Amino acid sequence: MNEIRTLTIDGQLISADASVTILEAAKEHNIHIPTLCHLEGLSDVGACRLCLVEIEGHNRLQPACVTRVEEGMVVRTTSSRLQKYRRMVLELLFSEGDHICSVCVANNACELQDLAYAAGMDHVRFDYLHSTHALDASHDRFVVDHHRCILCARCVRVCADVEGAHTWDIAGRGHTAHLVSDLAQDWGEARSCTSCGKCLLVCPTGALFAKGFVVSDPQNKQDFLRYIANTKSRKAWKDE
Amino acid sequence: MAERRREILIDPVSRVEGHARISILFDERGAVSDARLHVTEYRGFEHFCRGRLVWEMPRLTSRICGVCPVSHSVTSARAGDDILAVAVPRTAEQLRRVLILAQWVQSHALSFFHLSSPDLLLGRETRAAERDFFAVMRDNAEFARRGIRLRKWGQDVIARIAGRRIHSDYAIPGGVARPLPERDRDIILDGLPEAHNTMRQALDIMKALLETRDGESEMAGNFPSLFMGLVGADGGLEYYDGHLRIMDAAGNILADGVDPRGYRDIIAEDTEPWSYLTFPYYAPLGRDAGMYRVGPLARLNVCAHTGSPKSDHELAEFRQRGGGRGPEHHSLLYHLARLIEVLFALERIEELLIDPETLRTDTLRSRAFSNRTQGIGVTEAPRGTLFHNYSAGSDGVITHVDLLIATAQNNLAMNRSIRQIAAHCIPRADTDVDERILNRIEAGIRSYDPCFSCSTHALGRMPMQIEFRTEEGRVLGRFSRTPR
Repeated sequence: MNEIRTLTIDGQLISADASVTILEAAKEHNIHIPTLCHLEGLSDVGACRLCLVEIEGHNRLQPACVTRVEEGMVVRTTSSRLQKYRRMVLELLFSEGDHICSVCVANNACELQDLAYAAGMDHVRFDYLHSTHALDASHDRFVVDHHRCILCARCVRVCADVEGAHTWDIAGRGHTAHLVSDLAQDWGEARSCTSCGKCLLVCPTGALFAKGFVVSDPQNKQDFLRYIANTKSRKAWKDE
Repeated sequence: MAERRREILIDPVSRVEGHARISILFDERGAVSDARLHVTEYRGFEHFCRGRLVWEMPRLTSRICGVCPVSHSVTSARAGDDILAVAVPRTAEQLRRVLILAQWVQSHALSFFHLSSPDLLLGRETRAAERDFFAVMRDNAEFARRGIRLRKWGQDVIARIAGRRIHSDYAIPGGVARPLPERDRDIILDGLPEAHNTMRQALDIMKALLETRDGESEMAGNFPSLFMGLVGADGGLEYYDGHLRIMDAAGNILADGVDPRGYRDIIAEDTEPWSYLTFPYYAPLGRDAGMYRVGPLARLNVCAHTGSPKSDHELAEFRQRGGGRGPEHHSLLYHLARLIEVLFALERIEELLIDPETLRTDTLRSRAFSNRTQGIGVTEAPRGTLFHNYSAGSDGVITHVDLLIATAQNNLAMNRSIRQIAAHCIPRADTDVDERILNRIEAGIRSYDPCFSCSTHALGRMPMQIEFRTEEGRVLGRFSRTPR
């Protein structure tokens, strides 16, 4: 039996099923909340903190993608405090990696770049870490450039949940956290990898891409995920 | 008694690309003992491109320069072709060729009209503050307008083919990114008659100038040197493919048919503590006798012909200047050579664009992974022969980069030029050195159209020395690193 919750988002009175998140409820009513690690068809992990919202009665900001709606909740998705934090999150992401758009394969098709434009980010206030990550091109067909990884973990989830291989994982803590394949081996040596390429398709930046891929090539398409998710829910591959 | 003159500094050198200064040194008797061109900026591309993928290199290296990004990206793509070991489709090669030629047009136009015409057209007595392109515009509006439009046309050709004027994503290892639409081809061709007219006029002006400045020409950097450039299989002027030819001052061909891949066998580099720019020379002859020049003057000296009627006619006339006895040595003739090359570029662009092969849309790129561990790309950039030399792992990750830039190859000759001009203009210790004399020394540099921002990349090879001096000039200490 469905339970309905009534809440307010940005002054708008909304009814939503008790099982949905604030992000889903907002989207249903055309209220835009910026996201980065969230991708429809994948489970949510609240990794990027861009969808933070204010909830009355809570001092802490809450990530909309993993917070369920509650009765009488009063949510604000835009405020100067949120703008400030969102921009700060973006600036920190930029300062942590080496996001040189002009030479990146994802230029003009990058979700991080789009969000930075939308947030009016014209410079980064923090010192760049100038990471000394390596670029791993040991896989026959694919490349991971750790300088451009923002640890959204989309690749980890699509690989584990959709492909079922679970090649990717995140190792380390804090600013030493980084993407690893299998047991922190080179990607080319990761035996669990099926070379399906789904991780490339979901990567929001230019961290994962096909070898030989240049910026003028057609950019990633994530439609496949919606197709797979729909087919799965209808169990279409069994009957049709 | 006035204090003895020890050093004159020209800082910065103006109307060139990049940053440099000139110092003129005097001996005990007050005569010019040496003149040095110090290139004071450092770029470091050879270092930070390591660890990147070969497919990214054209885009990375095009950022070396905003004037000749096409040269770097195409040369880099050619080094990439070599690493992938693929044959580039003919359409892609022809489009790359048009790009290089358009780059010649816009860069040579910039050098001649915007940067050097103030030296050539305005009287020698003009003050520094008035010696600029705006003064040329005031005195000779039509000439200036035509020059600006010629450069604009060259840039427009690049933009129509590559998508944008600078730093495009167009040249990629294995080919090019997009076909050229017929409509854009037609617009480019429509601009050719005006460009030819402009060149006709510029050539007439330059030749007249050379007549009137005959006496002076003996001191504006006129000395024997070797010359190097690419030539085609028949010895004709080449800019994209072909082999290296080295000619000595008397016109003897010292080396011919040199595979550009073996350039390190014939070119060695030296360094000096006072400049980031290396000093390449023809290795078999050593640094002093091996000084060689590249660029328009060298290319016209080493080639047998241009292979296009109008420019071949001009080349024949050019060769008669020295009585047809051998290569031209005079650096001032770089300007004339540049104009003849623009003419050549216009003729060749037309030939290439009317070929239906250039408009094909089906074969633009050969795809492959990394198949070789070394790749060398060579083209003739506007300022001379440009080498990109990469080593890569089997995964396509670059492990070593060696860039040999045209401006560096002219370094010994540029230093010789300014020394010659300085010695001529400042004959005695008590010569009154004013800004006009200093500008003539700078103009000597400008004839080479150097691009300093392009040319300083080598890390570890630079023994740049830092001096700590008191206000009076007393040296307190020197700091330097040993060259590799």
